[in-house]
Amino acid sequence: MSHQVLIPTPLRPYTDGQDAVEVDAQTVGEALAALTGRYGGLRRHLYSDDGKLRSFVNVYLNDDDIRYLDREATVLKPSDVISIVPSVAGGAPVLTQDTALPELTQDEYERYSRHLILPEVGLDGQRRLKAGRVLCVGAGGLGSPAALYLAAAGVGTIGLIDFDTVEASNLQRQIIHSTADVGRSKLVSAQTRLVALNPGLSVETFDTRLTSANALEIFRGFDVVLDGTDNFATRYLVNDACVLLGIPNAYGSIFRFEGQASVFATTGGPCYRCLYPEPPPPGLVPSCAEGGVLGVLPGVIGTIQATETLKLLLGSDRGLIGRLLLYDAWNMRFRELKLRRDPACPVCGDQPTVRELIDYEQFCGVAPAAAASTVAPEHEVTVEQLKASLDSRRPVYLLDVREPNEFDICRIPGSVLIPLAQLPNRLSELPGPSGEAEFIVHCKMGGRSAKAVKLLHEHGFTRARNLKGGILAWIDRIDPGLPKY
Amino acid sequence: MRPTQSDSPPAAATIAPEALEEIRRHASETYPFECCGALIATAGRIVEAFRLPNTTAAGARRRFRISPSDYRLAEQRAREKPGTLAGFYHSHPDHPARPSPHDLEQAWPNLTYVIIAVDAGAPGDITSWRLREDRSAFDRGEL
Repeated sequence: MSHQVLIPTPLRPYTDGQDAVEVDAQTVGEALAALTGRYGGLRRHLYSDDGKLRSFVNVYLNDDDIRYLDREATVLKPSDVISIVPSVAGGAPVLTQDTALPELTQDEYERYSRHLILPEVGLDGQRRLKAGRVLCVGAGGLGSPAALYLAAAGVGTIGLIDFDTVEASNLQRQIIHSTADVGRSKLVSAQTRLVALNPGLSVETFDTRLTSANALEIFRGFDVVLDGTDNFATRYLVNDACVLLGIPNAYGSIFRFEGQASVFATTGGPCYRCLYPEPPPPGLVPSCAEGGVLGVLPGVIGTIQATETLKLLLGSDRGLIGRLLLYDAWNMRFRELKLRRDPACPVCGDQPTVRELIDYEQFCGVAPAAAASTVAPEHEVTVEQLKASLDSRRPVYLLDVREPNEFDICRIPGSVLIPLAQLPNRLSELPGPSGEAEFIVHCKMGGRSAKAVKLLHEHGFTRARNLKGGILAWIDRIDPGLPKY
Repeated sequence: MRPTQSDSPPAAATIAPEALEEIRRHASETYPFECCGALIATAGRIVEAFRLPNTTAAGARRRFRISPSDYRLAEQRAREKPGTLAGFYHSHPDHPARPSPHDLEQAWPNLTYVIIAVDAGAPGDITSWRLREDRSAFDRGEL
């Protein structure tokens, strides 16, 4: 089959001045081989010494970059047109030239011997890892396995940002922390563990909440940012800061049994906003604290993020750039979706409108006090008020809108269970508006019950009030004997 | 010294003052980031500096990248003029107007590369370069 290859201006001197050449080929690779076979002068400009297409040579099949097809193996159809399109790039020297890579010590040759014998890593790659600086945003479910493997692999500097302390409920998945660390700062706990694993490692800690005011300053100087955040506002913040600074973002997220991973904010690649231009409505996607998460799930996704991070440091382009990997642990299936940079993306598009960091809480529609603020103060009660009502034997109708498995763990005596999702269809089971009893609604932390109270008010149950802080507040302040989850 | 290949398009040895002025303006407006654009020639003389967005994701203080779609736009601009795409310009903020190893690694043959130094926001030296046919180095041209 004969196909046309369009030649850009700088390469026309090698094709006798022609701007298009006809070749016979079945695949893109064959077409390029036929072209360079006929016009030998092209070869050194299209291919590097190891026979790979140079990174700044873009080959398009009609309007598609072959990197998003099957690369050189892409099969040609009749009338397909191949174009060679330059990306023109360059710039002033950066400080970390290859010559400035650190040497390995004798101990390090031994420690990293299994890397050194991999041609894809080798001595040069291991030195790149040693020079590498990776920031893990969050030392939790994703950050734990990621930071451990990055430290073990010989990444020279790991930054950690977190402001939490270790809780017992973290230990089911946050394997960087131990039982003895409960109550300690996550940063101190993680740093201790990482340095014990690899004493050559330098750990930089940032004991703060990541905000629009500090993100650029913290991120600057890192080679890769590993996004281990657990909420949308911070995820958009991490994405935008990475795009603005030109730092690749090794992204991962988890929920219940499902996870996803990709690499964002690389040259020419998509960003998180190309995938999700808008955040979901607040409250639609529950957090792991509300919805639960299989403990090993962040282990899988976090190590995928660590894998991609190492490859970025090694200079590989064979990663998840332009692909979203979806993992379903319950059915044990991996799937992937193709992603492209959106030229209309407000951050990484051709005419970006977001040129500095914005207010991400507002962008995601979460007021700082979260969902609880959707209930007016006069429609809220404290756990102390509930206790007083129960003790005085005033009639109280206490509605629990959690899930049955949560109800099995702990409950406030006398409560009635109707999960939030079933509430609209079970309104007839509720005491009528004329009843005498106080009507109090609760869940685990107060978020779901706030939604329930809103819904009840819309249906005429205007006496319904929300229990502030949910059953966790009840356990903390009234009945510490109940199991906490 | 120029590549000696006889079928190479004539190296644009001269550049119109308006094009030089546009490069200076673009470079100082974009400081501290790198600016970039295309150079369009008619009759062997660069007559227009055509601004293009710097789409690098590797940090625009030290890198520039002209995307494939913007490259196509530059070819189209040259065709419509009518003229030829003679090359590209970019700035080196707070760095001399000399090609970097990175410039060399990514260079295309048969194009004129114009580099402008920007010192603390003020446009400085402007130099012109062409890639040697064996890709080993740049040769400096005249402006």
